[in-house]
Amino acid sequence: MAATPLLELRGIDKSFGPVQVLHDVALSVYPGEVTALVGDNGAGKSTLVKCISGIYSIDSGSVTFDGNQVAIHTPRDASALGIEVVYQDLALCDNLDIVQNMFLGREKTRGIVLDEPTMEQMAGDTLASLSVRTVKSLRQLVASLSGGQRQTVAIAKAVLWNSRVVILDEPTAALGVAQTAQVLELVRRLADNGLGVVLISHNMNDVFAVSDRIAALYLGRLAAQVKTTDVTHSQIVELITAGRSGNIGLPPEKPAEAAIDITPGGDQ
Amino acid sequence: MSTTTTTTTVGGVRVVKPTVQSHIRDYFGRVRGGDLGSLPAVLGLVLLCVIFAVTTDTFTSTLNIANLFNQGASGIFIAMGLVFVLLLGEIDLSAGYASGVAGAVMAVLLTNHNVPAYAAIPAALVTGLVIGFLLGFLVAKVGIPSFVVTLAGFLGFQGVLLLLVKGGTNITVRDKFTVGLNNNNLSVTWSWILAAVIILAFAAVQLNNARTRISRGLVADPWGIIAMRIVGLTVVTIIFTALLTQERAINPAINSLKGVPIVVPIIGFFYVLWTFILGRTSYGRHIYAVGGNTEAARRAGIPVDRIRISVFVLGSFMAAVGGIIQVSRAASVDPNTGGSNVLLYAVAAAVIGGTSLFGGKGKIVHAVVGGFVIAVINNGMILLEFSDGVRYVVTGVILLVAASVDALSRRRAAATGNR
Repeated sequence: MAATPLLELRGIDKSFGPVQVLHDVALSVYPGEVTALVGDNGAGKSTLVKCISGIYSIDSGSVTFDGNQVAIHTPRDASALGIEVVYQDLALCDNLDIVQNMFLGREKTRGIVLDEPTMEQMAGDTLASLSVRTVKSLRQLVASLSGGQRQTVAIAKAVLWNSRVVILDEPTAALGVAQTAQVLELVRRLADNGLGVVLISHNMNDVFAVSDRIAALYLGRLAAQVKTTDVTHSQIVELITAGRSGNIGLPPEKPAEAAIDITPGGDQ
Repeated sequence: MSTTTTTTTVGGVRVVKPTVQSHIRDYFGRVRGGDLGSLPAVLGLVLLCVIFAVTTDTFTSTLNIANLFNQGASGIFIAMGLVFVLLLGEIDLSAGYASGVAGAVMAVLLTNHNVPAYAAIPAALVTGLVIGFLLGFLVAKVGIPSFVVTLAGFLGFQGVLLLLVKGGTNITVRDKFTVGLNNNNLSVTWSWILAAVIILAFAAVQLNNARTRISRGLVADPWGIIAMRIVGLTVVTIIFTALLTQERAINPAINSLKGVPIVVPIIGFFYVLWTFILGRTSYGRHIYAVGGNTEAARRAGIPVDRIRISVFVLGSFMAAVGGIIQVSRAASVDPNTGGSNVLLYAVAAAVIGGTSLFGGKGKIVHAVVGGFVIAVINNGMILLEFSDGVRYVVTGVILLVAASVDALSRRRAAATGNR
């Protein structure tokens, strides 16, 4: 599909004290594509995402966004570039309604007064662009929404700001079958709208259902980034569990080095 | 859904267009789902008023109705401040004595140092701000639980108050303006002007909101509901203004007493101000967000610590306002000003009104409604010549009932997914 990546990471290293969590990780996110980020617990997925979103700063390596080298030090830097993260626990306020949640922290105001009509219209437009056609009211409290609807609101919140890259951390982990399908459809639609989507998931069915590329992390290293159509389920599972599968993946490692890497500081 | 339901489109999203019936049905649906708001308090207030009206001769006299406003005012102001603190799920146990300290600062300046009211009152308000900042800083930046910080404040400010009034003397306030705040009345003409302003402003805001929303293609409340609200407020305002502009002095020849108490527009001013801040500004939105989900607020870039400090500042500021009004009513300060049950009544007022002790849910109107419930209980039971003991027991029971309603409706809301 697209020739140049929207977001490109090269040679990312990240250590917490003596523990090196990421070794020389590379990742390319293309516009209009879903890139699945897979890996076992502790492989460094969440650390990598936090490096991209500016919660952690990287030790070394380069980040290229839209062809320009950028430095992301704070979450604000990331959102200024148009990188938004939808966290697993969604970060929604139950006591606020859909519109209030979508604009939380970035309310539109006229003078000092909240510009509710504009916010409600923008929220409606965004939901419509994601083909969310029916909600009872945009003024419904988030507490009264189902899990899938909450996920939708969280995703809509992320795309509201003309974001270019949306990172979704396990969006279907807590959902039932029907709602999972609904959210995956939404993930696909984000990419079809031209965004670069990064999908973190443990569920191989989800990954193969929506992704264009798969990046597998193994003990803090990128085992491989491959096109989804070029690989099978079992190859990806091998990449996740062993770091290599046939001729793709990491070269066989010296046993000593693997032993050092075995405690990558948890998947926080 | 019923066949009368129609849908409309907001920016491409179809939403249900409310009718008068569906609006009312939705309201009762929310109540059943555990979103009670101030409904129990309003019903309780009406019930109490009916009971006292039947059992006493004097409760419904115009003199007594005017008294209710004067008696309830101080507690209402302190409760307004507590609503902010409770919205974050925090507590301020020192609000009572903070009000006493602020009142004493004012009284000492007025009486002992002959400072004019226009300097002494701001000094009391600044005292409130400083106290609030201190409490907020200790809670937000040092990280001490608010319960402990304000418990220390409760003791400490009691001591400060004793020091200010020199170990127990009673300081009398003679300043006319200060004493007038919670004893005098507006003239009959100004009372009616006030009523007209309230009605017109309310109608203008309601109609303007609806018009803006409709012109932007958004769903507005049905016209029938808006009309009902405006008519309702108009009727209540006119009834109360008519009652309060009657002559209510026992002997009018000596000292005529009529008009709306001055404290009513002061309550109205702060009610409108804080309701506006909470409901219509991003600052208010952020208070609800921090109270609802602190982590979500932090990730959204809201300065959580600053919000936390600010609610304690507002809480103690309103306590200072309450203190000034208390001193005005009694025309004096003593070591017990803001002590005994002042704080407990104020917390009770906010909770009875419908503000949640668990944070994230509350409005300024809750302080007003709850404050009147407390004032009516006290007033009515004194008229019935119950002892202090009985009054405290009854007030305690009512607070427990209100807190149970809060906790149970919260459970119900969690069960129906409608918190």
